[in-house]
Amino acid sequence: MLTYVNIVVAGLLTGCVYGLMALGLSVIFGVIRIVNFAHGEMMVVAMYAALFLNQRLGLDPFVVMPAVAAGLFLAGYALQRGLINRYIGRPEHQQFLLLLAVSIMLTSSTLMAFGPDARSVQLDYAYDSFEIGGLLVDKVRVLAALGAVVGAVMLWMFFRFTRTGKSIRACADNQVGAQVVGLDVKRLYAVTFGVGAACVGVAGTLLLLLVDVQPYIAADYTLLAFTIVIVGGLGSMPGALLGGLLVGVSEALSGFIIMPSLKSLFSFALLIVVLLARPQGLVGRRA
Amino acid sequence: MMLDIQSGVSRRSAFAIGLFVVVMLVLPLLVNAYVVSVLVVVLFSAYLGQAWNVMMGFAGQLSLGNALYVGLGAYASAALFVHYGLPPWIGMLAGMAAAGIAASLIAALSFRFGVTGVYFALLTISFAEFTRIAFDHVDWIGGSSGLFLPVVTLDHDDLLHLRGSPAMFYYVLLALVLSALAFSHLLLRRRVGLYWQAIREDQAAAQALGIDVFRYKIAAVALSAVMTAVAGGLMAFYDNNLYPDTIFAVSRSIDIIIAPIIGGLGTLFGPILGAIVLTMLSETTTNVSASLGVNGLKQWIYGASLLVIVMLQPAGLWPWLKSVLKLDGVR
Repeated sequence: MLTYVNIVVAGLLTGCVYGLMALGLSVIFGVIRIVNFAHGEMMVVAMYAALFLNQRLGLDPFVVMPAVAAGLFLAGYALQRGLINRYIGRPEHQQFLLLLAVSIMLTSSTLMAFGPDARSVQLDYAYDSFEIGGLLVDKVRVLAALGAVVGAVMLWMFFRFTRTGKSIRACADNQVGAQVVGLDVKRLYAVTFGVGAACVGVAGTLLLLLVDVQPYIAADYTLLAFTIVIVGGLGSMPGALLGGLLVGVSEALSGFIIMPSLKSLFSFALLIVVLLARPQGLVGRRA
Repeated sequence: MMLDIQSGVSRRSAFAIGLFVVVMLVLPLLVNAYVVSVLVVVLFSAYLGQAWNVMMGFAGQLSLGNALYVGLGAYASAALFVHYGLPPWIGMLAGMAAAGIAASLIAALSFRFGVTGVYFALLTISFAEFTRIAFDHVDWIGGSSGLFLPVVTLDHDDLLHLRGSPAMFYYVLLALVLSALAFSHLLLRRRVGLYWQAIREDQAAAQALGIDVFRYKIAAVALSAVMTAVAGGLMAFYDNNLYPDTIFAVSRSIDIIIAPIIGGLGTLFGPILGAIVLTMLSETTTNVSASLGVNGLKQWIYGASLLVIVMLQPAGLWPWLKSVLKLDGVR
């Protein structure tokens, strides 16, 4: 029984990081109405950036995290400003091809820069763990989950209290209305994509503590992010977090109870059931 | 988008189409084995793109999971051949039936529950991935370690059992592509094609006109799946091996849809042009990056080229080429 509790706890902690990653996708879709097919690829870039800074400068991933997030913000801002803004309102398949091209270029760039081998970050506290009443919890997992929660809270505060955050919400609610009252929608879209990318930057740095990084895992994470936001409700912030927790636990449990190679089967089954039974997601409202 | 009801193909266009068919017919006689193998890839990609185009280009239903139907077609024909010695053409019929039923079920479930657009695309990916992982664990078809077809060396091409030279596959595929071209042309002019285009342009308006939107959308998805399954069957017998992880791969579903988008969605020649351009691009970049020895350069150039095309010709290359060559009346 305790084993199961251990696994559920580990799944929940990983799920927090998944949730933050999916939050980025959800924010971008919720505001810009663009489906970011390069989401996992952006995260792998963030993972490599954190790994690079860690190995070259010997800095802890938590120390380099703000720098990675800032870098991803700038890259996301530039991408939206220079490229994606022109495709707003265009047919979905054109947007898809645009982001697919970006994702192919990102994956191949990481491949050229870092090679195809799986790499991981070396930490002194990698094998530390806490024992709470017989429960054994990895220290890195707890720290990663804490980081994700802090990131999510900061995002919430940004949208809740800052002027820019409120303006972005206004754009999401009513784009024409936002334009009428004089908001620079194109710039706000760029900020939004930047914020979504920064989420991915933080999530990528945290995920590096838990898994190895390799260029080709990017597509799996794109799919995972989609699964999570659909399960939770596309465009809903609590939904993305809830979806992350659910998928984290379902992956951990099915990997343990049945077999590891079947773990994503359950995520997809969950996705199919949610899409059919509640297409707006568990938390989302029907449009 | 204007619907040209009359068949206004100009002489110039008819000549161009004739020339294209003749070139495709004699090409394998003039080139070496490597080029034939590349042409087979072109035709596979063109045909899969044509099949996808029926669903997305004509009826506007975005599926990102067509690898599911490739895989069903491939596994049905290969497994029936390996286990019962049935000729692949019979197995392909089984595969087409399986793909048609699977697609109808997926489409009926989605459209009944109001799952459309991006959500429908993700649902199709999920079903394809679900099937991929499930097939990994079915021993009857070899599971994740794959299903292999016995390779026999014959001095002649056995069309019935699809055992033979790449040139034989080339002509089978060419026949398939040309049939799909004629079939698509016909579809667009018949009532069903007009209904699909009405649904694509404005579903609510189509419904208001009394079109049974639900049924016609399912028909588009199912027809596309059935066509796709044929390519799957041929692919199994061309490659002689089958793995769930490659045949059902998401990357395959994505590859299927790039060619028709690059070529020109909803057009007749777009999927073919897109397949030619993309395969040539991919072969060139492979050769270039192999000679430079840089890992990942090939994909980078490929991605950059896609980006350039979608920026310069977002509606696809065929509409542009058509106006450059002044081919009137061809879609």
